[in-house]
Amino acid sequence: MTERELKKRPTAAKQVETTDDTDIDSDGAAAAGAKGQNMKNELDGILDEIDQVIEENAEEFVHNYVQKGGE
Amino acid sequence: MAIVKVCGIETEYGITALPIGCANYDNPVSASSLLIRSYVMSCSKRVDWDFDGETPQVDARGFKVQHPTRYVELDSGLVNTVLPNGARYYVDHAHPEYSTPECSNPLDLVIYDKAGEMVLANSLKLANESLQITNESKSKQHGTNSLESIVVYKNNSDGKGNSYGCHENYLMDRKVPFPKIAREMVSHLVTRQIYTGAGKLGVEEHGVELDDPPFQLCARADFFEQVVGLETTVKRPIVNTRDEPHADPNKYRRLHIIVGDANLSEVATFLKIGTTAVVLAMIEDDFIDRDLVLADPVSALKQVSRDITLKQTIELSTGKSITPLSLQWELLEMSNKYAHQEGLKCLGNEDVGAQVLKYWQSVLQSLETNPLDLANQLDWVAKFQILEGYRQRHSLGWSDPKLHTIDFQYHDMRPSHSLFNKLPMLSLVSNDQIAKAVSQPPTDTRAYFRGKCLKKWGDSIVSANWDSMVFDLGSNQSQPLQRVTMAEPLKGTAEMTDTLIKDCCSPTELLERLSL
Repeated sequence: MTERELKKRPTAAKQVETTDDTDIDSDGAAAAGAKGQNMKNELDGILDEIDQVIEENAEEFVHNYVQKGGE
Repeated sequence: MAIVKVCGIETEYGITALPIGCANYDNPVSASSLLIRSYVMSCSKRVDWDFDGETPQVDARGFKVQHPTRYVELDSGLVNTVLPNGARYYVDHAHPEYSTPECSNPLDLVIYDKAGEMVLANSLKLANESLQITNESKSKQHGTNSLESIVVYKNNSDGKGNSYGCHENYLMDRKVPFPKIAREMVSHLVTRQIYTGAGKLGVEEHGVELDDPPFQLCARADFFEQVVGLETTVKRPIVNTRDEPHADPNKYRRLHIIVGDANLSEVATFLKIGTTAVVLAMIEDDFIDRDLVLADPVSALKQVSRDITLKQTIELSTGKSITPLSLQWELLEMSNKYAHQEGLKCLGNEDVGAQVLKYWQSVLQSLETNPLDLANQLDWVAKFQILEGYRQRHSLGWSDPKLHTIDFQYHDMRPSHSLFNKLPMLSLVSNDQIAKAVSQPPTDTRAYFRGKCLKKWGDSIVSANWDSMVFDLGSNQSQPLQRVTMAEPLKGTAEMTDTLIKDCCSPTELLERLSL
């Protein structure tokens, strides 16, 4: 969860309350578009991070990820 | 007037053990069992799922106390439990599955779906700690250095043609004829993919090149073969006809939708549930005023998923052609009119309903002008952006295993390895709300009664399921096993039962007072 708190929720302003105390951020959707643009700028940093955490032996990992059908 | 669309999501997670080759837990059934057992043992008492399906009568509060005619043993021996938040957590086939408690509105469901991710992440931590202890003792015995761990993915396929599901459930009025629901909802299920898709590399279908197209919107579209049907594992239908209401069957239907992707994005989950609930309410109120029936839904489902330009048209049975975006605009326009005339109480909460329509419009607008603006809101756009960025940076072809690793790891439930967690995605709910939902049930559905009884009298509850619980009142009672049924999804709420649960000192007293 530490990871999530650090990375995912930079501002409390975007959050929406529910049921008991409904208080929805009315500009959330509009402001979100601008944030999407920002992500392009952040992309380089994100790709650096991805390089650090992706499974090392990609070919073997992908080959061996076999699941049984479900449902 | 449409009834409240009480809703829930069931997610089967992908599971594997690493490192490859030296893992004892590469059997998914044992790995899933270890995972769930580890978590459940860390909660208080484990309460098993009750497979007894029966049709109870209902008293004024939606309860009825009965003497169970037979005590049901778990038929498979696999772990299958109820959590204190009212959810079901179990091994389904070869996957761990988390089914959210019943929620009264789409935003609560986002919270409980995210709480499910936290349950899985916590389970992984606990299971892997116990594996580490086993590994260490084995290493001492055999002089090996094994670092085995279980890994779980909230995705829908293995890239090799095997799919596992993410199913949605909506409460419907039994009075609405099923063929009408099926006819009027398909065009929404086919076109909502443009914002609900989780994104996927390649195609998993016989006769189609694996990397043509290299990326598609929806992880599940490849696996659907018919429009309407009962199956979920073979010849999957866009509209599933399973008729298990888990509620009063004379009043309700539980519409079971199996065509969706498992989403990590909160906006995608919110819209997936919210827009579908509005469309279902309009169907219930006979509000759909135009013919949007598709000529060939199964082909359209795949075509829409495989066209990231969103420009290709699909054909309506009237002979007209329409883009998936235009079809979504038509549905939104009708929904706005519906909200204006009828209100959105059907979404459990007017404000949440208004927010669904607002996000729906904003997302459609961005999809029309520049979909990449939604990289922080929708799973498929976020995933596409990092795959394309990574591909360009390292000059990789689309079939490179590194890209497939990214595709899987986007859905990794280990917080340290989750690529989704690295992205600045828009949050609709707070961490506190999610953390609370791991242990507390929703307050405004019958899940409240289930969760609170489990918490207070877990030792006296033999088993539980969606619409009943079996209490063991002790051998000094003439009828020690007593079943409480909950046929009304919107009864058993905090408002209706909180005082009762707090006031009662024992389950015997609770059942006596419920029988009055």
